[in-house]
Amino acid sequence: MRKCLLSNSDALFNEISKNAKLYIPVDLEKGRVAYKEYTEGLKMSDALKTDRSAKDFFFPQTETLMAFKTQGKNIEVIDNRAESEDFVVFGVRACDVKSLEVLDKVFLAEPVDSYYQNRREHGIIVSMACSRPSETCFCQTFGIDASSPQGDIACYKTNDAFYLEGLTEKGKALLEKLDGVTEECCSCEVEGEKAKIKEILDKLPLKDLKADAFGKDKTDEFFNRPEWKTLSESCLGCGTCTFVCPTCQCYDIKDFKTKTGVERFRCWDSCMYSDFTKMSAGQPRLSQLERFRQRFMHKLVYFPTNNDGMFSCVGCGRCVAKCPISMNIVKVMKTLGGKEND
Amino acid sequence: MQKITRDVLIEKAVSLLSDGTVSRVLGYKKGDLSYDITPALFTSKEQLEKEFVFNDFCAANFAKYLVKETKNQTEGKVLVFLKPCDTYSFNQLLTEHRFDREKVYAVGISCDGMIDINKIKAIVGDGIISVETDEKIKVNTLYDGVKELDKNDVLLERCANCKSKKHVAYDELLGEDGEVLDSNRFDQVAELEKMSADERFAFWQNELSRCIRCNACRDACPACTCEKCVFDNPNSGVENKSPANSFEEQMFHIIRAFHVAGRCTDCGECSRVCPQHIPLHLLNRKFIKDINEFYGDYQAGAIVGSRAPLVNYTKEDIEPIDAVNKGDK
Amino acid sequence: MTNIKEPLIPKVCVITDIRQDTPDVKTFRVLTLDGEKPFIHKPGQCAMLSMPGVGEALFSITSSPTNKEYVEFSIKKCGCVTSWLHAAEVGQQITVRGPYGNGFPVETEFKGQDMLFIAGGIGLAPVRSVINYVRDNRANYGKVDIVYGSRSKDDLVFFKEIIDEWKADSSINVHLTIDREQEGWDGHVGFVPTYVKELGFKPTKTAVLCGPPIMIKFTLQGLSELGFDKKQVFTTLELRMKCGIGKCGRCNVGSKYVCKDGPVFRMDQLDALPDEY
Repeated sequence: MRKCLLSNSDALFNEISKNAKLYIPVDLEKGRVAYKEYTEGLKMSDALKTDRSAKDFFFPQTETLMAFKTQGKNIEVIDNRAESEDFVVFGVRACDVKSLEVLDKVFLAEPVDSYYQNRREHGIIVSMACSRPSETCFCQTFGIDASSPQGDIACYKTNDAFYLEGLTEKGKALLEKLDGVTEECCSCEVEGEKAKIKEILDKLPLKDLKADAFGKDKTDEFFNRPEWKTLSESCLGCGTCTFVCPTCQCYDIKDFKTKTGVERFRCWDSCMYSDFTKMSAGQPRLSQLERFRQRFMHKLVYFPTNNDGMFSCVGCGRCVAKCPISMNIVKVMKTLGGKEND
Repeated sequence: MQKITRDVLIEKAVSLLSDGTVSRVLGYKKGDLSYDITPALFTSKEQLEKEFVFNDFCAANFAKYLVKETKNQTEGKVLVFLKPCDTYSFNQLLTEHRFDREKVYAVGISCDGMIDINKIKAIVGDGIISVETDEKIKVNTLYDGVKELDKNDVLLERCANCKSKKHVAYDELLGEDGEVLDSNRFDQVAELEKMSADERFAFWQNELSRCIRCNACRDACPACTCEKCVFDNPNSGVENKSPANSFEEQMFHIIRAFHVAGRCTDCGECSRVCPQHIPLHLLNRKFIKDINEFYGDYQAGAIVGSRAPLVNYTKEDIEPIDAVNKGDK
Repeated sequence: MTNIKEPLIPKVCVITDIRQDTPDVKTFRVLTLDGEKPFIHKPGQCAMLSMPGVGEALFSITSSPTNKEYVEFSIKKCGCVTSWLHAAEVGQQITVRGPYGNGFPVETEFKGQDMLFIAGGIGLAPVRSVINYVRDNRANYGKVDIVYGSRSKDDLVFFKEIIDEWKADSSINVHLTIDREQEGWDGHVGFVPTYVKELGFKPTKTAVLCGPPIMIKFTLQGLSELGFDKKQVFTTLELRMKCGIGKCGRCNVGSKYVCKDGPVFRMDQLDALPDEY
């Protein structure tokens, strides 16, 4: 394990950003927190979570997939993919790190999505243990340990230092390059911090939420439950939960006419939207009840069925904080989840 | 003055349910935290006593739910609690014939302002275990014990600039009715007007660039009740879930503001629900301010059936060229 | 990076022939710019066709893989992309990607079976691919019956092929029907589900069923009355799709993605899915 005194963090960030673009969470006005590209002197935020998750780095809200030129009856396809630059995302919380594993299951499954793969290969994740979890957090429900985050490099922040531990080949290689700005230390130095985090995790209001009732092959058990009606009745049908969610990955593909040709782009889409499944021939999900149910069935049942029981929720709590009507997966799980969640 | 509390509202709801005045109650359902309150339908005393909640986080404007709720075939009336600002939306929807008044029993409730959890978080940070809202706001936190805040410091923007404590519609009123207030709600618009065009563009560019096109502003907006929104229609040519370029990003909000101009009651739901904290209400307030200045004061929703200046030609209307010149100054 | 194959990037192909099948259905023959077939497919699979600037949409491949020269798509005019295609001329380039989906189990479950093909309207498009596959590998399959119906005689897709080839083939029984009496039609009149029951097929056959939802529903009831088990009946689904590769989430029904795990489902498999298709 290596350590870098907080008083020396500028040197650490400078060193990382020499070889790759570095993104750190930054406090903006009115309590907003977002990743910004590091430039000399930029201060890292201590906030728990960025408003938008690290998903954006790998699966951006919009991206151009290809371009076309048309002339008369002829079409030319322009593959404008380019090798991604190396980049480092610093300070990714355990939940958001896990969300990338969920996204990998989708985008890296055959046939591989090369846009996503390209960014995954060039991106390095430096995670960050959660010294101050929020009341909206429930990552423990999905077996995530906020006191021991994963990623390419795991990072712990104490009162006076960053502690860095290389977990993957990519991470270890980066850490080696940081020898000049870090010093070797005993991993025992973060034990106190880890214990402190565990203690706090045990005090969180949602700590007892259990996902045990859900999981693979439970479609029949949950699909026709009458509670979906009351759960969904005040849903506005907006896409907030979907778009702040680090694991939601549905997308749409659209064409956009430019002055010189056509660009085909991909953008986030939401199963909560009325036109998501609409086609000329009909609409299989007629009301918000069906659309609402789809989102949660997918996260709690369908996705685990296809991915060895892995849930497509990481308990980051963004939907808990952001839903305009405060309906969220926690309430869905408590309502449908049986005895464990009473 | 009668203080509006959870118990007062439950008592009223139970009595209206039991005497058959209403068959269901549109109310606030408690969540897992102090502030995660969900609009819900209640049909029994037991359910009300178990799940109904009323506190300073019950900001949701219920007026729009009446469109859906009076369209279904449920027997009997629905009871709706309306804060003063909600009653303007209520009237505006009635003016537009969007719901069936006969199927609604409206109880006006006085309001001394709702709290913005984001403002609390900006002060005390994460780890809010509970919030008690009385004279002082007591926030119990995981990390710093109990913190006391002044309610005025954490009011929702729309409440800090409350336009009216007067109910303009109800069947019955709980608590006292207030007055239309002389608020400072146009101050920030005036500041934007003072900016140069470039400065103003930069301001909005910065704000709107964060938009994630979740449509929460539209979906919460009581003025947005089209059966099919143009932005949801794949055949409209403007349907987009997210912007193909920054021009479109800006246009979505500007088109929306135009569409609700003269109908927007300034209820503030758009800004309250925005997950990216974009001050969308400022766009609408600019329209309201202009309408007031060009055509004389007009408050949408104040009177049922009133014709908004933009759809009501009079000989005294401002000449377009004068409006343009005024805007240029 | 650019060496990695990207499934979403299509190849440019050209429409080499357009046939007006019915007033609102045209069949498009598509080849690569080198005059090759754009892909090798299985009967029942689909492909994404697009015109840049208009949009991309998924269509079932109606030609049989046994056709070595070209692939064909029979397309009903009903939306944005289809309307554009209907206005296109021979020589027009379009983009193609695919094939997608599972296809019919022609080499496994269908092998050695007596086949009963039942289709309504444009539903014959994916079924035609299997029918011609079976015809071209005739020895591998038992008896073949085809029941096909549409609103009127003019709405029967592939009418010429049905008359000239299928009807002329003594090893195949073709049963045509139209919904209402029509001048110049001396064949059967009535709806497909009723006709299937009237024909009274033995429940030893393997059935392939494709058409509008209402036809599927009632035909399935009819087959069930005749003693067919759901495991003997196959159909193909149509849902809104964008990616074709099980990622965009649109065609997710239960734990299945119709574009990847379907579009062909056996009726008992379909029954196990939530009713959202």
